[in-house]
Amino acid sequence: MADPFQWQSPLAHLGLAARSNREGDPGDAGVHLSERPARTQVNLRGDSADDAFNEAVTMVLGVGLPARPNTTAAGEGVTVLWLGPDEWLVVAAPDVDRLAALETALAGHGAAVTEVSESRAVIGLTGANAREVLMKGCALDLHPRAFRAGRCAQTLLARAGVILHQTGNEPAYDIYVARSFADYLWTWLEDAAGEYGVRVTGADT
Amino acid sequence: MAQSHRLSDGGRIDREQPLGFTFNGKSYQGYAGDTLASALLANGVMLVGRSFKYHRPRGILSAGVEETNAPVQLETGPRTEPNLPATEIELYDGLSAASVNCWPSVEIDAMEVNDLLSRLMPAAFYYKTFMWPARFWMSYEKAIRQAAGLGTTPVHRDPDRYDKMHLHCDVLVAGGGPAGLAAALAAGRTGARVVIAEQQAEFGGALLGERDEIDGAPAIEWVAAALAELAAMPEVRLLPRTTVFGYYDHNFVALLEHRGDTVGTRKRLWKVRVKQTVLATGAIERPLVFADNDRPGIMLAGAARTYANRFAVTPGRRAVIFTNNDDAYRTALDLKAAGVEVACVVDLRGDPDGDLPDRADAQGIEVLGGWAVTAVHGRKRVNAVEVMALDASGEAVDGEPRRIDCDLVCVSGGWNPTLHLFSQSGGRARFDAARSLFVPGDSMQAECSVGAANGTFGLASCLTEGHEAGAAAAAGAGRRRSQKRISVPRVAETVEGAWRNLWVVPGKHPVGRRAKHFVDLHNDVTAADIQLSAREGYESVEHTKRYTTLGMGPDQGKTSNIAGLAILARERGADIPDVGTTTFRPPYTPVTFGALAGRDIGPLADPVRRTPMHHWHERAGAVFEDVGQWKRPRYYHRPSETMGDAVDRECLAARNSVAILDASTLGKIDIQGPDAAELLNRVYTNAWDALAVDRCRYGLMLGEDGMVMDDGVTARLGENRYLMTTTTGNAARVMGWLEEWLQTEWPELKVHLTSVTEQWATVTLSGPHARRLLGAFTTDIDLDAKAFPFMSLRQGTVAGIPARVFRISFTGESSFEINVPAGYGLALWTALMGAGEKYGITPYGTEAMHVLRAEKGFIIVGQETDGTVTPVDLGMDWVLSKKKDFIGKRSLDRADCQRLDRKQLVGLLTEDPNSVLPEGAQIVSELRDKPPMPMIGHVTSSYFSANLGRSIALALVKDGRARQGQTVHVPLDDRTPRAVIADPAFYDPEGDRLHG
Repeated sequence: MADPFQWQSPLAHLGLAARSNREGDPGDAGVHLSERPARTQVNLRGDSADDAFNEAVTMVLGVGLPARPNTTAAGEGVTVLWLGPDEWLVVAAPDVDRLAALETALAGHGAAVTEVSESRAVIGLTGANAREVLMKGCALDLHPRAFRAGRCAQTLLARAGVILHQTGNEPAYDIYVARSFADYLWTWLEDAAGEYGVRVTGADT
Repeated sequence: MAQSHRLSDGGRIDREQPLGFTFNGKSYQGYAGDTLASALLANGVMLVGRSFKYHRPRGILSAGVEETNAPVQLETGPRTEPNLPATEIELYDGLSAASVNCWPSVEIDAMEVNDLLSRLMPAAFYYKTFMWPARFWMSYEKAIRQAAGLGTTPVHRDPDRYDKMHLHCDVLVAGGGPAGLAAALAAGRTGARVVIAEQQAEFGGALLGERDEIDGAPAIEWVAAALAELAAMPEVRLLPRTTVFGYYDHNFVALLEHRGDTVGTRKRLWKVRVKQTVLATGAIERPLVFADNDRPGIMLAGAARTYANRFAVTPGRRAVIFTNNDDAYRTALDLKAAGVEVACVVDLRGDPDGDLPDRADAQGIEVLGGWAVTAVHGRKRVNAVEVMALDASGEAVDGEPRRIDCDLVCVSGGWNPTLHLFSQSGGRARFDAARSLFVPGDSMQAECSVGAANGTFGLASCLTEGHEAGAAAAAGAGRRRSQKRISVPRVAETVEGAWRNLWVVPGKHPVGRRAKHFVDLHNDVTAADIQLSAREGYESVEHTKRYTTLGMGPDQGKTSNIAGLAILARERGADIPDVGTTTFRPPYTPVTFGALAGRDIGPLADPVRRTPMHHWHERAGAVFEDVGQWKRPRYYHRPSETMGDAVDRECLAARNSVAILDASTLGKIDIQGPDAAELLNRVYTNAWDALAVDRCRYGLMLGEDGMVMDDGVTARLGENRYLMTTTTGNAARVMGWLEEWLQTEWPELKVHLTSVTEQWATVTLSGPHARRLLGAFTTDIDLDAKAFPFMSLRQGTVAGIPARVFRISFTGESSFEINVPAGYGLALWTALMGAGEKYGITPYGTEAMHVLRAEKGFIIVGQETDGTVTPVDLGMDWVLSKKKDFIGKRSLDRADCQRLDRKQLVGLLTEDPNSVLPEGAQIVSELRDKPPMPMIGHVTSSYFSANLGRSIALALVKDGRARQGQTVHVPLDDRTPRAVIADPAFYDPEGDRLHG
């Protein structure tokens, strides 16, 4: 098996952990940014009208696929994001077995199970001014009346395509961005958040 | 310095906060709460600029956004901004501004000669004079620009920060005057998400400059209470210093916020999606068109009392009021109350009899009913006017002129609702013939106009209308009506008489003689100009606008529109609405480019996409090339090397030892489903049914027109699973193309696509030592050429990392393309570099890759192809299946695709082996003394090949394959190299090395 110490996160070159230690307590900064820890990401395609497909997925994940656009479903250690009428992103702790189990369970259901864990960086954005930061680059309505914890959307943030997942009403967001755009988006986020005060926080917060 | 025209008390300025500033190099003092214009007037400075065309002296006309005469250059150096109206600049300590459009100074302007020569400069003078000879226009234009003087743009990088915000709301209220505040209150009380934008620093609109009372107290107290209530509402956003400048489709509205210099972001562009818009944009006062109506000291009546009431400034010592309506009597009364001597009110109406004239009469102010101002004395400042009685028709004056000394003339021709945003929203103005003014017509989007913007001028009606519209807007946006009783404040309504519209005030001389009657002060357009343009046949208002420049530029007809239309209508014998109106275009007021760019500048101008190995390349001296948004190493620079040296070194290594390439940017699409092969059959020109698992095949994709669109290798990963690669630049386009066909034309195909470009880091090893190097890193993949033949793939581990290894080659060498999860890309790369040292492993960039593939005659889509090239043109008939259909197949049978003289891909070898042809150079078969010469083709790729020791080129040449061995010519600027047409495969044409 590959030596995990050889593996680099998409934003490894920014030395965020060291920055987080150096900058210490988040204090009263209006915006907290972090690179979220590695997680298994699986792109799932299939026919949501097919009961057998839905059942097979539920059996493996322990949670049903969200059917309403731009919503998520959370199970034990797994979250499923609605990406399209026949497309979902399954997110879980690093777990090779679950991926293999999904592939096996869905064989013959006309589904596609594709691992994309390495495809995207996940940036955590929280803090009192987190929403304002997003408003600077995202045309969607993120007001609590329109977008709450548990909602997700595929959209543009500045000039990068992202999957935006609101994870908490504080508010807190996970921003999934293609790995090659991660450096750009991080730079943009720090720039946009500057006026509110930014702290880099550890990956686990 | 003393503020000679400042009142000792009153006004909304803070006398405890004096602010120093300079104008045209002289130092002055004003107070917090001043605008630059009010501070100048407080110091007795009226002359502030020169007019656009005639360079006539001009003074401050207005107290707002409609200012035509006082554009200034604010600050110098990198922060300088041209053409800002002094009336819109909030005074701050240390402000520095200067007049534009005058040289050497505003007092003495050399170009004033234009005014004396004006008989020679009629409307469209520039068009008429500078058109011939046409080739001189460029030099004319330069001189004209200089003479017209539009201020100067900054030449340095803007040191300020600008940004953008997206916003959604239930109700947007444009304008923070009484009607707007009432609307915001009514909407806000329902809990609606409300945004109210006010272009000035203070909310209150006209109330700031009037002496009105609401609920028995000064109106400003009602404003303060309204603001306090709004500020306490969590869903209401108050945006002062914010102009709604653009109204676009689907209720998309753009705002520009001036945030000042202390908050980090100087200006912010708001992009707002609105459910219901309330336009409370107020009204702009009409000037009167009379002889020399542009002299400094002539000011809009409403502005004059705003200066007195709001800024505690008396714009003159002795005033004449010239009006066609009752409203201007407020100015007479307020100026008198402020201690200004009011010489008289000159009223175009014979018998003014409203409440306000009565009050003026009671104050002992002389009223000349049925009189007109016929002449103005004083060039740089009014010192007297002549007035005459109008005859019964109002078409002429008679009797003896009377001279009245004065230094201030307050004019009012009535008020125009500010329709700019309504017009931008797609609405057409309706002409209210009874009052001779344009009001908003039918709404085309979810908006409504209230208050003065709707032609409702009384304060009581404005408040009622605002309240009703705000509540209706909130309901329209889906909010429930508030249960609270809405109490509309109490205001005593004043009865006002009708206006008398004399679009050109008659005088002693015909229009255009002796004096100028300005319609558009901003662009120096006179009544005579409009009459001339009508006589010359420019009957449409749109033509008149362009011919005379009426209402163009930053002004957008704010003060000039109605008079211009009326004069044109009269000249044509038509009614005003039949002449039509011009279109008001965004922006309502100028928007600085900085705000439009926002933060999309410098490193954030466009995303830079980086591979997992990017930072290694940087440290290794890579010179990068942009491929789409990706940065790819073009070559790796070593000290003392030229680019040519580096590329030669990299190319030689690939053929003689081992070279390594970061190929992570290639597009990768995971294709799964029982119909995957069928999809490939339809989008690629060749057949895919027979491809075995773990085998790869080259595919060529055509557009529906039969032209080459993309190419790449696709591998079969499993029974129903394929991995397609695309070119770097086309990855997203190909993905979209396949999805479009699947979703719209072939929904019956059971196949899913997932982009995995970013999932994998791809490292290519090329060269005779590639196998041996890779062998040290894998135990579970047999790399032997027989066990792992060319065009196949194996899954296993490399350096302990799970990997897919492909035996494909773009260099023509024995190659291995290793794909590992992206997070391991750098680890794999550095491991291979370390172990490859003993073979002289050499990283190579895209330039060497291009040379190596050109040595083999392999095409690059977008270099050998340009959207007009078929596979047959490229000599790739072998990739076209005859047995099945595919996208583009039918197009290949078109007569044009069958032509014998189509350009075909050939190789080109220069006679001089060291001569490298420029790419794009034209090729001729028959050399003539000078052009034109019939061109038979062009060079598509051209390099020096270190491996071959000579230059090579690929070219598209008419009927090229039949010309093999022929000599052609490539005429260049300084030489005409000869070259021989050859086979495009220059190196190892049999492909022995590839398979090795």
